[in-house]
Amino acid sequence: MKKWIDRIARWVFTVSGFTTSVVILLIIGFLFTEAAGLFRNPIVEEGYVLALNPKNPVKELSAEQIKQLFDEDITNWKEVGGPDLPVRVFRLEDLDQLYTEEQLGAEYEFAGAKIAEQVQQSPGIVAFVPDVLVQEAPGVRCLPDRTIPLKDVLLGAEWYPTATPSPIFGILPLVSGTIWVSFFAILIALPFGLAVSIYLAEIAPEKVHKLFKPVIELLGGIPSVVYGFFGLAVIVPLLQQTFGLPVGESGLAGSIVLAIMALPTIITVAEDAMRNCPRTMREASLALGATRWQTIYKVVIPFSITGITSGVVLGIGRAIGETMAVLMVTGNAAILPSSILEPLRTIPATIAAELGEAPAGGAHYQALFLLGVILFFITLFINSCVEFVSARNKFKR
Amino acid sequence: MKKSLLTCVFLLLSSLSLPTAAQRIKGSDTVLPLTQALSEMFMKSHPSAMLTVTGGGSGVGISALMDGTTDLAMASRRIKFSEKMKMKQARHTPCEVVAAYDALAVIVHPSNPVKQLTREQLEAIYRGKITNWREVGGPDARIVVYSRETSSGTYEFFKESVLKNKNYMAGVLSMPATGAIIQSVRQTRGAIGYVGLAYLNPYVKALAVSYDGGRHYVLPSVKTAMARQYPVVRPLYYYYDKANEALVRPFLDFVASPAGQKKTLELGFIPR
Repeated sequence: MKKWIDRIARWVFTVSGFTTSVVILLIIGFLFTEAAGLFRNPIVEEGYVLALNPKNPVKELSAEQIKQLFDEDITNWKEVGGPDLPVRVFRLEDLDQLYTEEQLGAEYEFAGAKIAEQVQQSPGIVAFVPDVLVQEAPGVRCLPDRTIPLKDVLLGAEWYPTATPSPIFGILPLVSGTIWVSFFAILIALPFGLAVSIYLAEIAPEKVHKLFKPVIELLGGIPSVVYGFFGLAVIVPLLQQTFGLPVGESGLAGSIVLAIMALPTIITVAEDAMRNCPRTMREASLALGATRWQTIYKVVIPFSITGITSGVVLGIGRAIGETMAVLMVTGNAAILPSSILEPLRTIPATIAAELGEAPAGGAHYQALFLLGVILFFITLFINSCVEFVSARNKFKR
Repeated sequence: MKKSLLTCVFLLLSSLSLPTAAQRIKGSDTVLPLTQALSEMFMKSHPSAMLTVTGGGSGVGISALMDGTTDLAMASRRIKFSEKMKMKQARHTPCEVVAAYDALAVIVHPSNPVKQLTREQLEAIYRGKITNWREVGGPDARIVVYSRETSSGTYEFFKESVLKNKNYMAGVLSMPATGAIIQSVRQTRGAIGYVGLAYLNPYVKALAVSYDGGRHYVLPSVKTAMARQYPVVRPLYYYYDKANEALVRPFLDFVASPAGQKKTLELGFIPR
């Protein structure tokens, strides 16, 4: 009987271990395949083309140039290597302002011909129209399209996911925003977290400890959106006044909110690790004439360094992946941050704010998955760094 | 066994005999609260009617109408030409009804002396061409530009109406909700933002806007919006398939009735 229970238990553990691992691998695989799909998308929105007058010799336009053309920042073809000709922008939506419903036909069967007419009439036109309408039309030259280049995404400094005709997916501002916010959050949280955990583990009398520990654990249970609103209503105006900033929503506000959110994790785990330091080691140190402070930093902290680092990693993990609180206080401006006192946009906030409206399977949707992959690699990198550090420390001891 | 089979047949028959009363409404989240309130009132006065209202966005509603998975689509923008073309190719005729109007107010910090802006100035501010209040007659202070997230219908409408379909500048601060814009504008001296008319409160100052190059400036209010004087007003639409008209007509008539219009006004929308 006992043997059977033993066997069943072993079987249950093996199966659950395997299924969990397989599911996690499948999730990662899904993430990667969705993200890779982005680079198979054309620069111009799928199903559409940019049509030019055949006399216009411009061969190729980058996503950046297309955006500037349609924003009317480029107003002459000269600027993109064409002839000296003013640009005329034409969108499909302009069609029902130029022609009546009758002219376009009951089922819009003449729409293609009318677009061709417009394109032929004005030499400086660039028309953003569905490809089915102009494929066979005479006197219309469709600009050849490329797939989105890897370089433009990874090194691009502009994030315009909903720009038409050609969205721009430069992830650099988002990646740097995430790293800045998390880095400063840890810089703030680490000294406070360590100080509080040392106090609780070593110095605090039992009564204070009994009161403090549950309160700190309670902090960890507050929903992040509450922290976000607190940040927006309290921290943001406070920063604005202290630093005399034109705008209070900044990376620093995000870092402070994240630091507060990461504190309970760091404190609880680090304190537990220090409490696990054997009484004999502490007593041996004190018996050798070391002071209390010497005992703490020469004996207790080195002994519990693995626990402390894992607390810190859990804290960073929360900071990097945190969405709602950051979304509310950092201002979400997709620009490369030059200082921590400026607004910035993080990866999780971008995914949360944009995924709702991104059409499933489209380029925007896949770009958000790519951001997920990047976030995954950032976390992986930090985890392995910490693994490396704590492994080295163990060896020394 | 027999009993359950009988129940099945009965359910099937009853569902077949009552299709006229069941309607599905889907689309824009802006129109959603209005439609929900109106459909509740409608179901109270027409006990046989059964309306299901779901959100998802204007685009979602219109594509559901194309697939025939909804009877009425809500939209906070006009049907796009490309969508209309797709529907016509699929032999459906989309019909349009204006449900109500929604006005957008441009707001600044109450201490800001600037009272009015033209559309061209607003466009330049949101595109990053004007960055200091001095350039539009205010104090020497940086303009802090607040916008909504890209997923919001308000973002799209402002882009279309004020920016004439050009892109916002990269440094624009995007907030996840209207409440967050109000909060930020209230506590930032150089701020400018836009919110639905219903959200205006005394802690922020609404600007008068001119769409005719500065000849007429109009302050946003229900009155000016109803009189078609205030320019940043968007119609909210219902779309249905012509073939389906008999089914949706009673509800649309109810929306247009005095009771429906009164409720519309109560919810902060502008009746048509």
